[in-house]
Amino acid sequence: MLKVRLIPCLDVKDGRVVKGVNFTHLVDAGDPVEQARVYDLAGADELTFLDITASSDNRATLYDAVRRTAEQVFMPLTVGGGVRTVEDIRTLLLAGADKASINTAAVARPEFVAEAAERFGSQCIVVAIDAKSVAPGRWEVFTHGGRTGTGYDAIDWAARMAHAGAGEILLTSMDRDGTKAGFDLALTRKVADAVPVPVIASGGVGTLDHLAEGVTEGHASAVLAASIFHFGIFTIAEAKARMAAAGIPVRDALREARSGEEAA
Amino acid sequence: METVAIVDCGSGNLKSAAKAFERAAAEAVRGFTVTVTADPEIVRRADRVALPGQGAFAAVLAGVAAVPGMREALEEVAIERARPFFGICVGMQLMATRGLEHGEHIGFGWIPGEVIPLTPSDAALKVPHMGWNDLEIDRPDHPVMRGVKSGDHAYFVHSYRFICANAADAVAHADYGGPVVAVIGRDNLIGTQFHPEKSQAVGLALISAFLDWRP
Repeated sequence: MLKVRLIPCLDVKDGRVVKGVNFTHLVDAGDPVEQARVYDLAGADELTFLDITASSDNRATLYDAVRRTAEQVFMPLTVGGGVRTVEDIRTLLLAGADKASINTAAVARPEFVAEAAERFGSQCIVVAIDAKSVAPGRWEVFTHGGRTGTGYDAIDWAARMAHAGAGEILLTSMDRDGTKAGFDLALTRKVADAVPVPVIASGGVGTLDHLAEGVTEGHASAVLAASIFHFGIFTIAEAKARMAAAGIPVRDALREARSGEEAA
Repeated sequence: METVAIVDCGSGNLKSAAKAFERAAAEAVRGFTVTVTADPEIVRRADRVALPGQGAFAAVLAGVAAVPGMREALEEVAIERARPFFGICVGMQLMATRGLEHGEHIGFGWIPGEVIPLTPSDAALKVPHMGWNDLEIDRPDHPVMRGVKSGDHAYFVHSYRFICANAADAVAHADYGGPVVAVIGRDNLIGTQFHPEKSQAVGLALISAFLDWRP
């Protein structure tokens, strides 16, 4: 049976992690490779880097971080932020990323998603959607961190992007992001039920029950969180235990790693 | 020193596959040189070959065809010389007789079978089949499976699946609204539908066993 994925997200700026694990034992907590290793050992199912580098001049620092991470961590890595061209995606994949996440560029030029999927395959194209409630039961797609409205209905947009070739939708509620009040479950469920591809719920996780609700009530295939893991409030294992208790199928990576060592 | 050629036909992310093979090679008792290459001469003479593939069946096939002499080099090393060959994802699917993704395409024909769309019996199951699924080992005696057991998880990303004409060629399967072949094996050929290079300890165990394999 396919397991529900738990995905920690790291904010990376100029090749350095600015929002990540706040563990004192790390030699260099700003090094994406060290952070990735922590999550690898902890049994995370995938990892996402969100590049928030302001200047495109510093893009090389991101590629270097991805390259060094891929050399040491053998788990799926998605990179988003500033992905605007087919060449950007190619550079990320060659550096070692498995998926590229497209956000603003998809809104600016929707054909870009189809072009990217045709070139690299849907499996590595994620479309990130930032949605904000504009009326009861209605959500609009926003860009630029929730400042710019697009006029697109979030559910229609998700369906359109899946049709264009997105292999996955990363759905963030701008109303909930950073609030710790939990996912926007109504939004998540509407989108997840409307598209044939997996939906990753994001934005608002403050407790472990929130993660479970994203799946049981929001129908998400995967859940993404940042701060609850980075600050050591909860571990990946605790999150998975709570999800399992809610009847959600999860992977116990730690048990497998242990039994693998015994076999070796 | 044995040579391992990771075939580069312009498809997908070779970096992680190469790094995973390098890691497994570094931990092996015997010495290995892992090379990512688009040179048919290197592939032809390699002791072991891996063919990673991502994207559409026809696109990966076209990538192989676009390198003059590559198709022949693969045939020589994997079939005539019978060196251990590892196909990953679409690289595994190419071993089929034919693929039915966006039209009908003739595969390598090394392992009789077809590659057909994934249609889970449960309509709630999404396509692509993306994420960690547990393996059910059908041939636990296969040497490449020595470090992997039923219940272990591997990372899948695919929308098409391999149907083996001979049941004995299916080494392991996963369940996704019905059985989905996860590992195929015949003689010196092995292939995984999932990505061992993304499957953490389970994937590395499989690659290590492949490097030790003497079919």
